[in-house]
Amino acid sequence: MSKRVGIEVSLAIGDAVRLANADVIAAYPITPQTHIVEHLAELVANGELDAEYIPVESEHSAMSACLGASAVGARTFTATAGQGLELMHEVLYVASSMRLPVIMAVANRALSAPLSVWGDQSDVMAVRDTGWIQLFVENGQETVDNVLCAFRIGEDPRVLLPVMVHLDGFYLSHVIEAVLFPEQSQVDRFLPPFKHPVPLHPDRPVTMGAFAMPIIYSEAKWAQEVNLEAAKEVIFECWGEFGKLFGRNYSPVEHYRSDDARVLLLTLGGFSETAMTAVDKMRGEGKSVGLVRLRLWRPFPFAEIRQAVKNAEVLIVLDRAISFGGPGGPVCSEVRSALYGEAKKPKVIGFIGGLGGRDITPSGFEEIINRGIEIAQRGSDREFEIFGVRE
Amino acid sequence: MTKPEGALTWKDINIGAIVSEPGNASQYRTGDWRSERPIFDSRKCIRCGICYIFCPEGCVGQNAEGYFEADLFYCKGCGICALECWTKAITMVAEEQ
Repeated sequence: MSKRVGIEVSLAIGDAVRLANADVIAAYPITPQTHIVEHLAELVANGELDAEYIPVESEHSAMSACLGASAVGARTFTATAGQGLELMHEVLYVASSMRLPVIMAVANRALSAPLSVWGDQSDVMAVRDTGWIQLFVENGQETVDNVLCAFRIGEDPRVLLPVMVHLDGFYLSHVIEAVLFPEQSQVDRFLPPFKHPVPLHPDRPVTMGAFAMPIIYSEAKWAQEVNLEAAKEVIFECWGEFGKLFGRNYSPVEHYRSDDARVLLLTLGGFSETAMTAVDKMRGEGKSVGLVRLRLWRPFPFAEIRQAVKNAEVLIVLDRAISFGGPGGPVCSEVRSALYGEAKKPKVIGFIGGLGGRDITPSGFEEIINRGIEIAQRGSDREFEIFGVRE
Repeated sequence: MTKPEGALTWKDINIGAIVSEPGNASQYRTGDWRSERPIFDSRKCIRCGICYIFCPEGCVGQNAEGYFEADLFYCKGCGICALECWTKAITMVAEEQ
């Protein structure tokens, strides 16, 4: 049976990777990801995880080493955050384009300057278009569950794509939570061994990452797009299977008291749980308010988002990253564009908040919702507002 | 390759654009990058082979008489052979001529 333990979420990720029996871990420590890879280094050093731990000199090297490992068919894991994810940037595209299912936990962190080690989602949004499958989690249990799911999804022969599991730096990575760990035998049943169909092997030489001329590059990119879109089905199938085995269900767009709500708030990640408290309070006061949380960021769940918000009058989207000089937060702008062609759709109001470790309390979420309703009624001369900024 | 590159659709591309046939770069015509081609003058050529040594493409070889010439399927027209030739036996000529 599953075992329930109180554990720091970063360490729980390490233990989940041990249960997944990863073969290679290449990582460079960076706040707030450090405890994840420290714990993995410890597990390998203690002989509790039979894996190669490659201590590299940078995140660029970490991801490059992961590519090589994955290319020979090793189950590969890494973790990073903020600036580290940015230093990996060019290699991230290579992982997805070469169809190498590297699994990575990202402890979401703000980007410099000014230097901030604290949480927001600027790092995520900067790697939006790298072709990785990207999932958000909200608590320790979801993190462990989805790290296990990430291996199964990414390594599925129909998918073969790298997966990022995004968790809030500090807010989630450094908190101690009660987590149910599955038994090794359960994980072994859920997670078949990784078998790359065309691995690097001296007996069967192949060339990976060769160049492509203009005559073939577009076809290669379209193949990649079709593949990432098709991964949706496998992701849903995996979550379905996970729910059957472990009783915890996941979906690309999660709902909280949203079915009959006239006003909806949309969030990603751990802040969602705080937003639920605000929704509960407002519901208690008779206000028709609900919450929608985006779990699957890439591939983007167009149909599910449209379905989730179609009956609402106002949809308030909270981004924790800015697209400078653009239409506001990246999530808001994507949701708005997904709804543009719909006949029946809510007014979409964009907020940015929770930047660089700034908290949003339940009363803060109430303020955001109330202000969003006000903007929906009276309009605003701004594309978006930053919640709580001192002007 | 079963089809020429120009006939491949996205469905024909291997997973991750992996090249599964070793050595198939030899089928790749780099000659059409060329704007100038080398003309070898056998009257000036002393068969020293300096053009063969310097050719970065490895496309210069010796013919039956021992004189050197470039394989125009691969020759990119860089002109290094002409620059290095002691006796000025190689002249670069614009492709349109």
